[in-house]
Amino acid sequence: MNLFHNNKLFHGYQKRQFRWLSICIVLSLLVIILMSASMLIGNTYYSPSTIFRVLCGEQISGATFAILTLRLPRTLAGFFCGAAFGLAGYIFQSLLRNPLASPDIIGVSSATSTAAVFCTLILGFTGNTVSIISVLSGILVAILIYLLSYSKGSFSQGKMILIGIGIQAITRALTNYMLTKAAEFDVQSTMRWLNGSLNSIKLGDITVLAVIVFGIGALLLFFSSSLEIIRLGEEKALTLGINLKLFYSLSIVCAVILVAFSTAISGPIASVAFLSGPIATRLCGHNRCGLLPSALVGAVLVLSSDLIGQNLFPVRYPVGVITGILGAPYLIYLLIKMNQKGRRT
Amino acid sequence: MNYSDLLSKKVRYIGIAIASIVVLFIICCLSLALGARKLPLATVWNALFAPQHVSALEASIVQSRIPRTIFGVLAGGALGVSGALMQVVTRNPIADPSILGVNTGASLFVVIGLAWFQISSAQQYIWLAILGAGITSILVYGIAMIGRGGATPLKLVLSGAAASTALGSLLSTILLPSDSHILDQFRFWQVGSIGGATWDSIRLISPFFLVGLFIAIVIAPQLNILTLGDEMATSLGVNTQRTRLLAAAAAVLLCGATTALAGPIGFVGLMVPHLVKMLFGAELKIALPFSAISGACLLLFSDIIGRLIGFPGETEVGIITAFLGVPVFIAVIRKSKVNAV
Repeated sequence: MNLFHNNKLFHGYQKRQFRWLSICIVLSLLVIILMSASMLIGNTYYSPSTIFRVLCGEQISGATFAILTLRLPRTLAGFFCGAAFGLAGYIFQSLLRNPLASPDIIGVSSATSTAAVFCTLILGFTGNTVSIISVLSGILVAILIYLLSYSKGSFSQGKMILIGIGIQAITRALTNYMLTKAAEFDVQSTMRWLNGSLNSIKLGDITVLAVIVFGIGALLLFFSSSLEIIRLGEEKALTLGINLKLFYSLSIVCAVILVAFSTAISGPIASVAFLSGPIATRLCGHNRCGLLPSALVGAVLVLSSDLIGQNLFPVRYPVGVITGILGAPYLIYLLIKMNQKGRRT
Repeated sequence: MNYSDLLSKKVRYIGIAIASIVVLFIICCLSLALGARKLPLATVWNALFAPQHVSALEASIVQSRIPRTIFGVLAGGALGVSGALMQVVTRNPIADPSILGVNTGASLFVVIGLAWFQISSAQQYIWLAILGAGITSILVYGIAMIGRGGATPLKLVLSGAAASTALGSLLSTILLPSDSHILDQFRFWQVGSIGGATWDSIRLISPFFLVGLFIAIVIAPQLNILTLGDEMATSLGVNTQRTRLLAAAAAVLLCGATTALAGPIGFVGLMVPHLVKMLFGAELKIALPFSAISGACLLLFSDIIGRLIGFPGETEVGIITAFLGVPVFIAVIRKSKVNAV
């Protein structure tokens, strides 16, 4: 522990740890506040005591239905989907060391949603079958994009992003095609779902998602030190004894599972995966692992956008519309910043 | 280059020109013959030139496929030329209205017109779509231009993706609260299809097609010089700003009008210039007219494939062009020198 005898270094380390911890606490508090708000506010306002009594199992006419079948699933789905998208985005961005390489930009998300639309609209499947098929197609597309970005034995991230956008065009075309074949009464709900919406989610759907988010989250946190090392660069990770191939494939599979399961429930909520990681890194600085903060930021984004979409406008907008509008200016900001750094593009 | 070289080149061009016109003619005939009900080519010929030899049903089938075919030729030509112009103006091999988000911009404006202003005439659609396409092009190009290095392929595509996301979300905010009638109209328009083309659509698109093509051919010599680089072009007496603006305006006119009438049909504008470059080289005076012909061939060809694949219904042409175009897009990217972001 020679390092810690150096007072300055130790001081800096302590400061960063403190910053990370305080940011996490603030974000968690924010999540709790937003979740409570989303339970309290709606068509009618219910007092905290009513909600507490309903959650404890008491039957109150009107309130029980509104809270248990409408608001509780919505709130929980907001939390878990947000966290899942945040985690997945952070993993992709860390592994590929590029803020643009989030699953919703490189086409993985749209592949999973196309598969989900196919399963629900054409095959008439429901529930977990949809999720599993989406996961498989998401993984396949991720592999395809990766393989296509190899040319003449060298891998280029720029090419990968462009190819991902190309793949996205195909999957979008497929989705649009299926929409034209669908019955008219299915279209409105599917369009809502395709925009990312927390409507009409059942409590039963969330259990699986919760298990997956917690399970994979725990697994990832266990491997978080390796993830942080990979952020430093492949050469360093290799010399520090990380099995890169194994680790890459494992984490990508985890990320795709997260994306696919949450997409199957809420639809592709635009830009959350893309925004969460960079916001979390910006808040915490580069120190401890950004997984937990990214998950929390994802949850905050989804929950707050849903509150805005549901309550601020005369018309109720699905959450993805709000996050989509948030995401675009950030992408533009990123482009401008990238240019100023003068990196080769 | 000596005289005999020039001559042989000329002979080659004329040969390819005749060949491509013949191909277009054959594809047009196929487009009249194939579909939910397949007719032999002889019947098509008779229906056109000797109506007394065919049954009324067969004659009416061919008659109903005529506007679709002519519209396909015009729309494909417009998209091909517009793609060629965009690739020259942005000096970028992967510029295409669907990749750059220009189609989303056109869609947004059309939907605003549908939902808020209750517009119904196709003429109004067209101008709205052109306006939307123009504004989006300026936006996307402007964002990509910021900073060093100008509008590189990667930056252009990314700013196109950003614009697409943002405009798509705005589009949803307008579309979702509106009644299901508009939503229903939109989902069919959104795929991109020339199936609903009538003589009216032909009448509507023709002036835009002619004006766009005319501008393109008139400025072709300046555009040629522009490909050498701005400095070289300026020193050779070309007004680079004006040339670029005219070319971009023509491109937007062509693709906006097509999008308004047929919906966003992607990747024709991406594929055609590469095809033409392979056949005719980069000389724009020749390449631009042939972009129109090959665009027409490509669009009609995709439309026929869509009719055959989707049998007994049909698969919209926008889906087919995406499936043909994305592999080309990926191949172009794999060949190009895109560095890490």
